[in-house]
Amino acid sequence: MNDMTPTREQREAALEGMGCKRKRVEDIRFTQGKGQYVDDLKLPGMVFGDFVRSPYAHAKITRIDASEALKLPGVIAVLTAEDLKGVNLAWMPTLAGDVQMVLADGKVLYQNQEVAFVVAENRYIADDAIQLVEVEYEELPVLTDPFKSMDADAPVLRPDLDGKMEGAHGPRKHHNHIFTWEVGDREETDKAFSEADVTIKELISYHRTHPSPLETCQCVASMDKIKGELTVWGTFQAPHVIRTVASLLSTIPEQKIHVIAPDIGGGFGNKVGAYPGYICAIVASIVTGVPVKWVEDRMENLSTTSFARDYHMTAEIAAKNDGTVTGLKVHVLADHGGFDACADPSKWPAGFFNIVTGSYDFPAAHLEVDGVYTNKAPGGVAYRCSFRVTEAAYCIERAMDILAQKLDMDPADLRMKNFVKAEQFPYHSALGWEYDSGDYHTAMQKAMDTIGYRELRAEQKAKQEAFKRGETREIMGIGVSFFTEIVGAGPSKNCDILGVAMFDSAEIRVHPTGSVISRMGTKSQGQGHETTWAQIIATEIGIPAADIMVEEGNTDTAPYGLGTYGSRSTPVAGAAIALASRKIRNKAQMIAAHMLEVSEYDLEWDVDGFQVKGNPQARKSMKEIAWAAYHAPPPGMEPGLEAVSYYDPPNMTYPFGAYLCVMDIDVDTGVAKTRRFYALDDCGTRINPMIIEGQVHGGLTEAFAIAMGQEIRYDEMGNVLGASFMDFFLPTAVETPHWETDFTVTPSPHHPIGAKGVGESPNVGGVPAFSNAVNDAFKFLGSTHIQMPHDAWRIWQAAKELGAHG
Amino acid sequence: MIPGAFTYHRPSSVAEAVAILVSHGDEARPLSGGHSLIPMMKLRMAAPEHLVDLGGIADLKGITDDGDTITIRAMTTQHELIASDLLAQKLPIIRETSLLIADPQIRYVGTLGGNVANGDPGNDMPALMQCLDAAYVLTGPEGDREVPARDFYEAAYFTTLAPDEILTAVRIPVPPAGHGYAYEKLKRKVGDYATAAAAVVLTLDGGTVSFCSIALTNVADTPLYAQEAGEILTGSTLDAETVARAVAAAEEITEPASDGRGPAEYRTKMAGVMLQRALARAATRAAS
Repeated sequence: MNDMTPTREQREAALEGMGCKRKRVEDIRFTQGKGQYVDDLKLPGMVFGDFVRSPYAHAKITRIDASEALKLPGVIAVLTAEDLKGVNLAWMPTLAGDVQMVLADGKVLYQNQEVAFVVAENRYIADDAIQLVEVEYEELPVLTDPFKSMDADAPVLRPDLDGKMEGAHGPRKHHNHIFTWEVGDREETDKAFSEADVTIKELISYHRTHPSPLETCQCVASMDKIKGELTVWGTFQAPHVIRTVASLLSTIPEQKIHVIAPDIGGGFGNKVGAYPGYICAIVASIVTGVPVKWVEDRMENLSTTSFARDYHMTAEIAAKNDGTVTGLKVHVLADHGGFDACADPSKWPAGFFNIVTGSYDFPAAHLEVDGVYTNKAPGGVAYRCSFRVTEAAYCIERAMDILAQKLDMDPADLRMKNFVKAEQFPYHSALGWEYDSGDYHTAMQKAMDTIGYRELRAEQKAKQEAFKRGETREIMGIGVSFFTEIVGAGPSKNCDILGVAMFDSAEIRVHPTGSVISRMGTKSQGQGHETTWAQIIATEIGIPAADIMVEEGNTDTAPYGLGTYGSRSTPVAGAAIALASRKIRNKAQMIAAHMLEVSEYDLEWDVDGFQVKGNPQARKSMKEIAWAAYHAPPPGMEPGLEAVSYYDPPNMTYPFGAYLCVMDIDVDTGVAKTRRFYALDDCGTRINPMIIEGQVHGGLTEAFAIAMGQEIRYDEMGNVLGASFMDFFLPTAVETPHWETDFTVTPSPHHPIGAKGVGESPNVGGVPAFSNAVNDAFKFLGSTHIQMPHDAWRIWQAAKELGAHG
Repeated sequence: MIPGAFTYHRPSSVAEAVAILVSHGDEARPLSGGHSLIPMMKLRMAAPEHLVDLGGIADLKGITDDGDTITIRAMTTQHELIASDLLAQKLPIIRETSLLIADPQIRYVGTLGGNVANGDPGNDMPALMQCLDAAYVLTGPEGDREVPARDFYEAAYFTTLAPDEILTAVRIPVPPAGHGYAYEKLKRKVGDYATAAAAVVLTLDGGTVSFCSIALTNVADTPLYAQEAGEILTGSTLDAETVARAVAAAEEITEPASDGRGPAEYRTKMAGVMLQRALARAATRAAS
């Protein structure tokens, strides 16, 4: 070997494959303002649509008069529910088995509901015209409190469901009831409670919030009447599903619908569902024959498209005196707003909330969820979490702290005592899941050692004494959170969306010169797929990531996939990418054998090519093999080098993590300062550590926002309060704590590369860490549970009620 | 979030601007930094048919030292207030307060005149101007008149400014050298209005308060000059008991709204906490 021959390490480094902190290739355009988003799209003749919205939360509509608006020069059309009825689109199905009004059909169910769609030459004229559409409302009694939804005298919100006592998920027991979802063994659980030494019970509410991506929801619909083809560019986390839904609703054949998701400025679950804006833009383009653009403004986004949470969870734990947990009982009252438009896999009305046993070995558990209607916006999406998992993690992590308090045990010790042990995996939970892998004790111990947990507890105790002596007005909280996520929806045996199994896909094509174009059924909204997908392929087929182009979002070119949300991309599409790569490698092996005139069994893979076993000098690089695949394939073999894989995962993946938060609270103002936040994540095999760290930073920032004040509030009239960034807490760099990140690696045993997914873990684990820190701080004053969000005034109020203001 | 149609004017002199206001009456609004007016127009809560941009009037810029007073022309930006050596030396509380307004991008555009003239109780400068006993110069068709900041505000967005007048300058008496000062502001995040804020200027004479002026931000529908609280403290040594009485007197005059920043009770109490902290900090800065 001469000096010019790259070493094995150099060849490996040149690939920038898995494990490499490769810089994000998409950032070259994003950091220069050169991303191409929906609103950057300008088509010849394009017009704009905008909504007339209801000022009332619950009202009958007695008259809509658009005649003055239509007189305004530049106004092209005003659509109402009556117009949509002509094409059978006044209502649309939701992903959760309910139906939803596209435009108000006789009544409105929440403030800012879409009432009419104004189409005009530009968005300025459209907004002027909105002011001229006259709508007469007759106000109805408003219901905003889910705890009153099923009162005997509660107003009927959904006359369209009158008399329908069977819903999409079983029997309904009240006119405002949507479903009851029951999991687990009630009898066994009751028995555990009757035999328990200690029990706790607490109502733990997770307030209503919103994913609030910086780019709001938007689309451009363009109907080519000559070809009968519809093209829709939109902010879609799941473009293929949108195409299927559009085809089913419009009866336009699926091959004549082109759905394109260009660059997306954040999704976080907000861009999974189908919204009235999409339907109206499509109908308007069909009616007018020109492209129609619809773009939400910030207030519309926060107040109408896809809230998250609004889960009211009553948790009960049964335990022995030594802290061993013996039973878990949870009842959830789920506020879905005016329509059940949750974006969950179709058979799961409460998502995967039955992960609520968390990281603990509960021998018995029972869960019941009741979904109800209120006069609030529909949604219930998974805001940076796998379906309802963040609610479940919050519920169990708060409840474990409450149990620790009752037992006078340290919350970390109680968790250690009850963790599912490493040797118990695969672990079957009492509520029906099979956890794939984990090593919880190691992760927790590493977290505690790194942060100096025992010393912090000693400091806290000293501070509490000083507070009692009147020497300080500051108290200290240590938030412990240990979460188990369930991501990668999902196996076709239990996961589908409107009947389409939740597989995902990859198509990889190696060009003659050894470069690659690859396309997936997923769609990045900031996750960095263009970078990480190329890294998986690079490692699997030995072609440098820099030579691999990744393309997503165009339904004409990408293989069918269910999209990106619920941390499913790596567990599902990531597996498809690895398997498609391996198909290519298998074919490459046969070509290399032909080239080297040996049997393929005499070859071994080595970083970026095949070599003859025992004779590494005899080798063919993937670049050479690619050329041969097009130039001189072995006799009888089809030319070319490409593969497609559709991956139906055998199981979900179960990332986990240990998060610790140290907080100092000024009891006189209620201002809480995060002193330290330590996040240890185990997401299995790590594809790009830098991107993982970025994901964790982002998710923790969202968790911080949610726990400490990010809320969509309503008054009793159903007015949505604070639907702007003035009041809706989106922290800036100034407010955001410093994040300390760490990891352990426990690969998934069933995933081709052992990866589990990470995007949502920090949101799931972060919220309980912050909330437990606040609650932990006030424990010594006799507090058991303080509801989120923990904004300054609520902390101050809690302090006052606990007598901390003297 | 799109304003209705309006005619845009960009006069080059105050007289020209006033003439436009006179000819259009209530339908015209002067525009300075625009941080309050433009969002209101986007929400269609304000719909002026004529917008008179004061940004082209050179006479409305600048800070001048008049000896006992300092004059700040209305279109001086918050960034320029922060950057002024004169203010840093003579009126450092203006710099301290300006740094707590929104963020740098907003401060490059936001003006002192716009901040005090708009009548938004959330703005920080009005209370500060009351604390400093500033006077506003209002220029109308009949010429100039001066109104003390303490008499200017009537209710939220209602002031003594007539529709055909422009607030052209703020005159601030220079407090004695060695005065103590502090502006304490509690807010939820960068860019937010105050949950409550307190401005304090005081002088100490051998450990005894010889002068004390206090004003409060965003705890009523106008800024509040807390005259009684200042009087209680004057002559005291800022002992805990007297401070508590002054704080109670200040809390007494608040009438905050309940909103996302918290219920009225909390905001009143925060006005008290901010005042207490501002007093403590001002005292450490005062020469004795």
